[in-house]
Amino acid sequence: MLFWKGLQLDPTELPSALLDKPIPEFSLPSLLDDGRMLTQKDLQGKPALLNVWATWCPTCKQEHAQLNKIAREEGVAIYGINYKDDRGAAKEWLRRYRDPYVLNIYDEQGTLGLDLGVYGAPETYVLDAQGVIRYKHVGAVTEKVWLKLRTVMQQVSTESQG
Amino acid sequence: MRLVIVIFTLLFSMAATATIDTYEFKDDATRERFQQLTNELRCPKCQNQNLAGSNSPIASDLRREIYRMVEDGQSDGQIVDFMVARYGEFVLYRPRVTGNTWILWYGPFVLLAIGAVVLLMLTRKRKKTAVIDKKLNEQDKARLATLLDKGKSK
Repeated sequence: MLFWKGLQLDPTELPSALLDKPIPEFSLPSLLDDGRMLTQKDLQGKPALLNVWATWCPTCKQEHAQLNKIAREEGVAIYGINYKDDRGAAKEWLRRYRDPYVLNIYDEQGTLGLDLGVYGAPETYVLDAQGVIRYKHVGAVTEKVWLKLRTVMQQVSTESQG
Repeated sequence: MRLVIVIFTLLFSMAATATIDTYEFKDDATRERFQQLTNELRCPKCQNQNLAGSNSPIASDLRREIYRMVEDGQSDGQIVDFMVARYGEFVLYRPRVTGNTWILWYGPFVLLAIGAVVLLMLTRKRKKTAVIDKKLNEQDKARLATLLDKGKSK
């Protein structure tokens, strides 16, 4: 029985240690405006997605169109963490493939990624209005994954209203 | 020629055991702690490799963090807590005793105790039945004796 159950578990899936905890404190520059410093307070206010991405990550390219669709068609706020990347390349990427992000945090050293427990880009988190992590998805955001994320976001927003 | 071979083997064996990045430690004890920690902590990205043995960028980042913390003089407990707070219990090769893992730690002893109790009960039962067998045998003997006696008297 145990063995059978063990076979069905996905060993690559790691539960986030930060589930139901607030976003770690940080102070990092904005990707597009290096004079502007962003902190965890900038991610609060309403339920949102937080997406860890980089230009060196091929799966990030795969999910980019889906992110654009979510941001533009569904009006969801997506914050980006540009993770251990080159600023020029990242800006060029956003210009070429369009920018789905409300804000983009430029995490050049990967310090915020480390505090978040990021172990491979892309990763996508659902944040509630208080900036608490409610869900974590590792890997590309596909159509199917977005349905799951949307359900979590709806739950989160009804909770905060009620 | 022999000297050359010896030098070469030494060189290659050193290359094989050297970690990927080089750090300078303030003393040998710190170096040892660093090596022990990176050997005992699992790389979150790679399914079954420790931090010391992995080439992945995340493992190298975490080695750098551990280096910073051991040089800082933080205790092993603090460093392990730091890792678990970010990557969860997954990074521990030796799981902690919690509600989820106590069966891993104590399960074998519980099974051993159950086994011992069962064994004890079985041996007791066997002793009892052995006594009954003996009694029956004595009755049988008596019957046999009377039967034999009857045969003799006839």
